Amino acid sequence: MTKVLIPSGALGLGFDRAALANGVAAKPDLIAIDGGSTDSGPHYLGTGTSKYARGSVKTEWADIMVARAEAGVPLVIGTAGTSGADDAVDWLLDITREIAAETGERLKIAVLKSGQDSGKMVAALAAGCVTPLSPVLEISEALLTSCTNIVALAGAEQIQAALETGADIVIAGRTTDTAIISALPLAQGCHPGGAWHGAKIGECGALATTNPGSGTILIEFDDEGFVITPMGSDARATPYTVSAHMLYENSDPFLLYEPGGHLDVTAAQYEALDPRRVRVTGSQWVPSDRYRVKLEGARLAGYQTVSLVLVREPRYVANIRAWCSDIHRKCTAKARASVAGQFDLELRVIGLDATLGELDSHAQTGSEVGVMGIVTAETQAIAQEVAKILNPYLLHHALTEQEEMPTFAFPFSPTEMSRGAIYEFCLNHVLELDNPMDAFDLTTVEVGP
Amino acid sequence: MTKLADIVTKVRSKNAGPFWLTIDIFCGSSDVFRRVCGGVSSEIVANAMGADLSDLKRFEIADLNVVKFSLPRPHIQGTALDRDMHGASFASILAEMEIGAP
Repeated sequence: MTKVLIPSGALGLGFDRAALANGVAAKPDLIAIDGGSTDSGPHYLGTGTSKYARGSVKTEWADIMVARAEAGVPLVIGTAGTSGADDAVDWLLDITREIAAETGERLKIAVLKSGQDSGKMVAALAAGCVTPLSPVLEISEALLTSCTNIVALAGAEQIQAALETGADIVIAGRTTDTAIISALPLAQGCHPGGAWHGAKIGECGALATTNPGSGTILIEFDDEGFVITPMGSDARATPYTVSAHMLYENSDPFLLYEPGGHLDVTAAQYEALDPRRVRVTGSQWVPSDRYRVKLEGARLAGYQTVSLVLVREPRYVANIRAWCSDIHRKCTAKARASVAGQFDLELRVIGLDATLGELDSHAQTGSEVGVMGIVTAETQAIAQEVAKILNPYLLHHALTEQEEMPTFAFPFSPTEMSRGAIYEFCLNHVLELDNPMDAFDLTTVEVGP
Repeated sequence: MTKLADIVTKVRSKNAGPFWLTIDIFCGSSDVFRRVCGGVSSEIVANAMGADLSDLKRFEIADLNVVKFSLPRPHIQGTALDRDMHGASFASILAEMEIGAP
């Protein structure tokens, strides 16, 4: 039996301290927490920076480090610093050093880096080791070298290697969400299908229970499956909440692809042990012939400046599409005549169809709308210049020539907001490896006094 | 006419990675589940989402009374044309769809 305690779905998201204390009292063999995801968009991988505030991450991480010391077991974080890029790993390592210096705790840290050198990726592509997933994105040497960060998603094998160093804490770069949880039960001979399925159920913390906000859960792995127990006193796991969790953020609710194989939960059985705990058996792990890790990459996609104007005058609200298309045409023509360089202008109508665009068949306006001008250009200077050309149109453009010049509401001065560099995800591929450690870098460091 | 949202418990959408969108229709009962299975065709969903039918995955999960659709995102998450970073708003396209009488 292997017990893994999961404090919450992600570091920085918050958790119930009493639930974490209950978890420590349950004597886990490992504490595992996810440090990120692609879900907040390409900026974080593109820049290698954290989505969550440093202060809140430090507070939560310090609490979890205390829990680790009390439990006397290893602590593993995957996808550190939101993206798991090398800089993001260093960022969390720096926070860890700071905490250790403050608490006086001496710790051995294993650092697993997932960042990929673009030159090596170009060679891997040429050698036929990089293959696309669906939907297929174009890939080339130029694209790979244009990425600001490429990471490979580590699986259970790399986390096991990190644990084998005897480290107190493993700070891992990009990993699959599940690998940080499945690694130890797999290493200790628990049921492989149960290990991966339990890890998938556990990776979002208490999201698979009736009280997602409580955060902390315990998964007990054995030689047939696993048992999920919420650590929050008012949280319950039921066969419904647990089985329904396979739907969440999964394109296929029965299959989950991981390095070295896939999980199939088609035959899984969910049994309520009592009103709070569920036992799951019958999940199957299907090993693959080849060892493949998924790649993620982000590259620069230009620079943006956005502007916002609010329109309250009923005739303009009623004719907002015509107003926007007239501005779009005139502003684009004027900017093309004076600005040297590539740009795109989009006017998005907030309060009409800004969320869904052309897919919205029920779009209608209320008493006011906001118009967001979005300029995307090859440099920030061009984006800013075009947005400044847009400014007088947004402020004063009249629907007809035979009317007094209108003035609309700018909420800010200036109304232009520079968004800086923007990034895009550009890899949806897998990398084949002869040895699971080939694409990963494992080191150990001592921190504290 | 009846909208899907009027008869089901919840329609939820979310990213499944940066390139896929997944939409879960929680029907709440086996009767509603059967009505949704029969009344919400893959063709209608592909059309409403502006997707190719061949790219759409459909799952009818009787144990949960859930009908699930997955499709490539209308625009890749976070690109200049993407309007919804987490993809949760796409659910309303199906929620507001009309469903025929049982």
